[in-house]
Amino acid sequence: MEPTSQRVDSSTQAETRLMKGNEALAEAAIRSGMQAYFGYPITPQSEILEYFTAEAPKHNFVVLQAESELAAINMVYGAGGAGARVMTSSSSPGISLMQEGISYMASAEIPCLVVNVQRGGPGLGTIQPAQGDYFQATKGGGHGDYRLLVLAPASVQEMADFVFDGFRLADKYRTPVLILADGALGQMMEKVVLPPSGSLPFIDKPWATTGKPASRERNILTSLHMEPEKMEEINVKLQDKYRKMQQEVRYEVIGAENPEMVIVAFGLTARICLKAIELAKERGIKVALLRPITLYPFPYDAIARLTSTAYAFLTVEMNAGQMVEDVRLAVNGKRPVYFKGRMGGMIPSPEDVLLEIETIAEKQQTTTV
Amino acid sequence: MESAATTNHMEIVYERPVTLTDTPMHYCPGCGHGVVHRVLMEVINEMGIQDRTVGVAPVGCSVFAYNYMNVDMQEAAHGRASAVATGIKRVLPEKYVYSYQGDGDLAAIGTGETIHTVNRGENILMIFINNAIYGMTGGQMAPTSILGQVTSTTPYGRKSDLNGFPLKITDLVTQLPGAYYVTRQSVHTAAAVRKLKKAIEASFKYQPLKKGTCFIEVVSNCPSGWKMTPIEANAWMEKNMFPLYPIGDLKVPKQN
Ligand SMILES: Cc1ncc(C[n+]2csc(CCOP(=O)(O)OP(=O)(O)O)c2C)c(N)n1
Ligand code: SF4
Ligand SMILES: [Mg+2]
Repeated sequence: MEPTSQRVDSSTQAETRLMKGNEALAEAAIRSGMQAYFGYPITPQSEILEYFTAEAPKHNFVVLQAESELAAINMVYGAGGAGARVMTSSSSPGISLMQEGISYMASAEIPCLVVNVQRGGPGLGTIQPAQGDYFQATKGGGHGDYRLLVLAPASVQEMADFVFDGFRLADKYRTPVLILADGALGQMMEKVVLPPSGSLPFIDKPWATTGKPASRERNILTSLHMEPEKMEEINVKLQDKYRKMQQEVRYEVIGAENPEMVIVAFGLTARICLKAIELAKERGIKVALLRPITLYPFPYDAIARLTSTAYAFLTVEMNAGQMVEDVRLAVNGKRPVYFKGRMGGMIPSPEDVLLEIETIAEKQQTTTV
Repeated sequence: MESAATTNHMEIVYERPVTLTDTPMHYCPGCGHGVVHRVLMEVINEMGIQDRTVGVAPVGCSVFAYNYMNVDMQEAAHGRASAVATGIKRVLPEKYVYSYQGDGDLAAIGTGETIHTVNRGENILMIFINNAIYGMTGGQMAPTSILGQVTSTTPYGRKSDLNGFPLKITDLVTQLPGAYYVTRQSVHTAAAVRKLKKAIEASFKYQPLKKGTCFIEVVSNCPSGWKMTPIEANAWMEKNMFPLYPIGDLKVPKQN
């Protein structure tokens, strides 16, 4: 089978199931026509590799437990370069090990899907959920000037859906795409509607290394260009691509119509903030949530627009304050931007967030009287 | 056999196979890399498998192998060539896949990938150029540098208490059940080149059998890194490397 040809399963219909986030993601990958998966076990995402190894005999895809994340990401490079719809997954420490390979793939323009089910760090950290890899995910991660398209799911449903989006966008832009989830999303069970198999089209990959027929020049996938002029050209091309990628920006705004305060939060934290916003409403404070769905591209404009109604912004994250830097860039000094974070695998409670909302609201009252 | 050379009245005694591009090689005079490239590409041409072959270039002096080898190629990160080759072969099981790696690449930074690729018995050919030095970065110690060898990072000679011992990685992979065919060859004489060619041919013939990894070490030279003339370098190689890395088969298929 040529990897560029469609992987056909005995037609799997759309169906609703109760599943763990990690399993929903893996099942969605199978239905998306994924052709190869290479990974290395790490909590809290080992279910993904386990799910694939269990399902593989029923389907026609490659699954391989590599000897390390280093090897896994380079197998992804090889398979993606050969034209396959390929993915890997890991959690924070493993994703750090993959950064070299991801940088090479960004430069050689090899599409693939990488899933980071984050855990608390730095270092070996904890297996509890965290969002401490935001900088790594959105600002490059490895060496050199490159970006990944980053999707941030907030439900088991989105764990499944974003696999389809991820593969589609990876092919469209010839780039690695990252799904930035966390341990809670990976482990929680929710109802999920799984799309039917065969619904994600395959595109031609004339650049893939599949063996050179007499009819074309050889295909070379490389990130090495010794002449600085050529290397700059490659960089300019990548930056053009990242500019085009801005059109893929996705976010949602939930809550009060003309909010006096806006919370910006992604992933699991966004769900907690929604609870806090309900509690605030009972206390007469009009708060809206802006949830970035793509972390790169980041919804700067959408946040900037909200500065006309909101008097303050609050960013809530499970880290020491990473996305808040992008929120500050978007707000551009027009309004105060506050931050509430928990670290090391601790999850903020709705009450924690409510307390922040109330404190900000009080401050606003005292400064306006 | 196809040929890129245009025919004229004279008898052709040497022609460039279509699998080699018409590009002057950047290797230093007397360097073994160019010879191995040529032999490898001759075999691919003679077997008529150019359209079904994918190569993986390493980081090392042969990083630009894809400028000369006229087959589809991927450039791997330093040490990761066999992982990249694994990825290719797993999704293109009917294609011929090879990696081409130096000693630093295969036996230092990529040791883990090397052992596990062979241990899985990936159905690929790994070509390992052992020149006992890091050629590309200017002559530093390699895992295969011999005891006493002076390099830019062992200015007083390699000492086992400080730098460990020369790593005989080929002997190591021979022990792995995934290894199907393991041989050690050289390219310093015409006879040696012929033997290497046979080994490469055999490896590509074995590949469709899906019986495991074929591994060819080429004991080679690095006149520039060793700071010797090509003639001195080959003499030094025979005197110092061959006793440690004896030429010959280490593992041959039981019956074929
Ligand atoms: C991650 C990484 N570390 C270090 C280097 C620098 N580097 C390039 S080639 C090389 C050694 C190559 O030696 P070898 O594999 O023996 O190949 P040779 O040049 O001798 O053929 C090193 C250390 C690199 N490119 N990438
Ligand atoms: S530095 Fe050594 S290995 Fe590299 S091309 Fe020159 S002689 Fe060959
Ligand atoms: Mg070397």
